[in-house]
Amino acid sequence: MLDVAVRHRLGNFALDVAFRAPLGLTALFGRSGSGKTTVVNAVAGILRPDAGRIALGDRVLFDERLNLPPWKRRVGYVFQDSRLFPHLTVRQNLLYGRWFAPKGDGPTLETVVDLLGIGALLARRPTLLSGGERQRVAIGRALLARPELLLMDEPLAAIDEARKAEVLPYLERIRDATTVPVLYVSHSVAEVARLATTVVLIDGGRVVGQGTAAEVLSDPGSVAALGPREMGAVIEARIAGQEADGLTRLDGAAGPILVPQVAGAVGTRVRLRVQAQDVMIALNRPEGLSALNILPAVVREVRIGDGPGALVQLSVGGEVILARVTRRSAVVLGLAPGLACFAVLKTVAIAPGDIGR
Amino acid sequence: MADWLSPEAWTAVRLSLCVAFWAVVWTLPLGIAVAWLLARREFPGKALLNGIVLLPLILPPVVTGYLLLLSFGTRGPVGGFLQEKFGIVFAFRWTGAALAAGIMAFPLMVRAIRLSIEAADRRLEQAAGTLGASPVWVFLTVTLPLILPGIIAGAILAFAKAMGEFGATITFVSNIPGQTQTLPSAIYAFLQVPGGYEAAFRLVLIAVLVSMGAVLLSEWVAQVVARRIGGG
Repeated sequence: MLDVAVRHRLGNFALDVAFRAPLGLTALFGRSGSGKTTVVNAVAGILRPDAGRIALGDRVLFDERLNLPPWKRRVGYVFQDSRLFPHLTVRQNLLYGRWFAPKGDGPTLETVVDLLGIGALLARRPTLLSGGERQRVAIGRALLARPELLLMDEPLAAIDEARKAEVLPYLERIRDATTVPVLYVSHSVAEVARLATTVVLIDGGRVVGQGTAAEVLSDPGSVAALGPREMGAVIEARIAGQEADGLTRLDGAAGPILVPQVAGAVGTRVRLRVQAQDVMIALNRPEGLSALNILPAVVREVRIGDGPGALVQLSVGGEVILARVTRRSAVVLGLAPGLACFAVLKTVAIAPGDIGR
Repeated sequence: MADWLSPEAWTAVRLSLCVAFWAVVWTLPLGIAVAWLLARREFPGKALLNGIVLLPLILPPVVTGYLLLLSFGTRGPVGGFLQEKFGIVFAFRWTGAALAAGIMAFPLMVRAIRLSIEAADRRLEQAAGTLGASPVWVFLTVTLPLILPGIIAGAILAFAKAMGEFGATITFVSNIPGQTQTLPSAIYAFLQVPGGYEAAFRLVLIAVLVSMGAVLLSEWVAQVVARRIGGG
């Protein structure tokens, strides 16, 4: 468990955040300039905050009396720009932290190499790697230093879209395999929806939302920090079957949902991001409609924005789904808490990147 | 070959190589330390240190030699102490020539190393710190390999400068054949006697060859190292 309380002033930007990161992946989410990297640098010991307290379990890293230097913190850091040592091979890079880590249990080179699929790169030099390969090696290097906390500062930001899809599954594996908390900085909702077990939403140097990914991303109150276009629910489901025409049937608390093909055996757990703008609301079960997913729902909350839009939080089975409609539609349909309706979701609106493990 | 150069001239060449080698050896650790201080640290007296490092470049070499004689001579404060405590004598010995040559070459060496330290990527050092390396280890395992081309360039530049040092050397340790007569002093000596022009010219040839060799070597080594670091 990581405990962070940090106050810091940079010019006329004031950062004042406090949050906890339990085991699993905690996404520190916010727009550029919201103060995310400052927080992570303070946790790593690269930046000394004006005040606050940072503790890993009962080990204090920073408070008013103590400021441990980075090399004594045992905090692994995966930088946005990977920062591999150019004068060392991939293998030497991976083993660098091993020199300084105390003897004890920890992942071996073999497990980490397997986990990240970098066995073929070991003898190479970092300058010859692609962006995605570089980040995987950087993650392995941080893991092999046997950290008690893993920090990742937008590890996918410097990689093109195709490579991101290549690295994301590895991040899911790291999240599920490591026994230390992971603090993951991102400004991409898609990444957060896929990876995060806990989300800390930061806006203007303050924490404005905190909870599970499903809670924070589908909370209409998060709209100011996320922007209406990025709002959406995260729902959990299992693969129920593969259809002959290239679709995959999912089953979860929200009911059966058809999505574009997801590889995996029946019973595999997946998490699915459903963007609010891809969900329509109908008062009666529509007929003669091309959309495949029509789910019975109950309105929980309607939030009218300043613009022409409204966010409607729907209860679908045991899950929460968010729909973004116009204010006019909300009025015409008479949307109000308690109203029974149908949530309509186009199968093809769900991109493969929105489905994770 | 043996008659092409007189034994006396050969001795001067050998002595010069030896003097230049030791001049680089004793200044290199100090040069790296000073370059690092100047590149990375802010402290009171930084401008003064920078000035002192540059001084041998600006002062007339004779002045540097004279100052060395005052301080490192057998009756000077430093020289007297060293002779009494450790039996080390600089004045009128080849060791003194190595001292003088090292001091004269120091500014060039520091400059080359300082530039490479300033160009080294500090973000890599930061990364090493988060992996558990203390500042000393970061320096040894990351900074030092990264600035190696600069160190090599600085060392070779200093070697060439030390080979050619004349003014401070002749002032401090004189021009004693077989003991303190370096290559430039020997050329000077040959030019002072009638008929010595040819012998002087041969030594000049050697000086040019050694200097050119040093420059080519430094270029080659820098390329090899850069390829290693850059991705070979």
